[in-house]
Amino acid sequence: MSAEIKFSSEELARYSRHIILPDFNIEGQKKLKKGKVLVVGTGGLGAPLLLYLAAAGVGTIGMVDFDVVDDSNLQRQVLFTRDDIGQPKVLAAKKRLEALNPYIKFIAHQTSLTSDNAMDIIKDYDVIADGTDNFPTRYLVNDACVLLGKVNVYASIYRFEGQATVFNYTDKLGITGPNYRDLFPTPPPPGLVPSCAEGGVLGVLPGILGSIQASEVIKVISGVGETLNGRLFLFDAATFETRTLKIKRRKDNPLNGENPTQKGLIDYQQFCGFEKPSDQSEKFPVKTINVKQLHNLISQKANIQIVDVREAYEYEIANIHGELMPKSEVTAHVQKIAKDKQVIVHCRSGKRSADVIELLQEKYGFENLYNLEGGILAWAKEIDHSMATY
Amino acid sequence: MAKIIIPTPLRKFTSNQAAVAVQSGTVIESIRDLTLQFPDLDKHLFNEDQQLRGFVRVFIGEDDIEDLQGHDTPVQQGDTISIIPAIAGGI
Repeated sequence: MSAEIKFSSEELARYSRHIILPDFNIEGQKKLKKGKVLVVGTGGLGAPLLLYLAAAGVGTIGMVDFDVVDDSNLQRQVLFTRDDIGQPKVLAAKKRLEALNPYIKFIAHQTSLTSDNAMDIIKDYDVIADGTDNFPTRYLVNDACVLLGKVNVYASIYRFEGQATVFNYTDKLGITGPNYRDLFPTPPPPGLVPSCAEGGVLGVLPGILGSIQASEVIKVISGVGETLNGRLFLFDAATFETRTLKIKRRKDNPLNGENPTQKGLIDYQQFCGFEKPSDQSEKFPVKTINVKQLHNLISQKANIQIVDVREAYEYEIANIHGELMPKSEVTAHVQKIAKDKQVIVHCRSGKRSADVIELLQEKYGFENLYNLEGGILAWAKEIDHSMATY
Repeated sequence: MAKIIIPTPLRKFTSNQAAVAVQSGTVIESIRDLTLQFPDLDKHLFNEDQQLRGFVRVFIGEDDIEDLQGHDTPVQQGDTISIIPAIAGGI
């Protein structure tokens, strides 16, 4: 099947350590060159994944990301340097990878992966490697892979902990293994599992998990070894505890269980609970204020209260002298929140503070709370450029 | 006694303990012993119908309890129970 794949003498020299590798050899290398892999997310996991897949000689590598390179990425996203800050990630990555391996093709998709474009982007690839950072996109990638019959090489990380597996893999006997919905039928409610931006992550952890993903992608394409199909690998860098658990398909999987009910992609924001039912948001709308308006109020010495619902360690990095009441403890501090004047509630980006306001309005009847749009990040960007961001 | 390994996202409900010793018996008894010690965990593990939530899986050794006898799966002295929640970080 890969008879038409040819290598130049430069390529043979480059890939010689694969070609002399027993069981892998020139046939494995030909399969890699014929392979088409899409890496979703060019961040912490995407960086080692892309570097190793490009170095290994995977013939076509696509990458999807809407974001630009930021200072705070460089702690772990080893694809990028300071010169790339402000550049679109997929373009900076493409430039770096083309310098690493000129014998393969790179395709940059500078966009978010959405229900509207996912099928169209994913259909042209053989294997998808999911290195995204949120539940809606995790379910989107999974569902598109199952609907299109693509292998989904999965890893995710949180603080010191990582998970990896291979989803929707069809073995040599034609038996397809479990997918994400077999492992986790429903997502956690928003806020229970913070993102790395909120919860932090050990910088080297995505390096370890992303390298495992690269190894699994190479095994899937080359057919060498046994993949993590049907097994969930867990790694805790803090304790160096590793576990490999068995996972199986479920009869009630809505995509490919006994009675499939889902034939296409859905609204994943809604599925993951990020959009409240309309009756609730109509009943308790969250009022907002922007950073310029807040700056004016402070300049005028207006009688307001500022409540900061971030954690103490975030407060240390940067603050606007708000009263610190971390989100998880806010109900214990409810007496300290004024009811008789304008109270501005803020967090890092405006998400946690909106959740807090909804809770306080619903449970305690507050009507004087305003969410600071864009949080302290917006303050640093528009009002105080010397403020540290994270 | 058996041991339950607590995943990072839930450690804020176990005073940061990474592993908790619990009674053996059946897996539901072991988990109930855990939620008795740390009551805040209960609503994160179980829904209103007292079923495990869809973003949490429970394993004994390397096997999912769903593939054994569910809540009634026997827990032997010295067994390790893993609670595995969905995590999504990647960048």
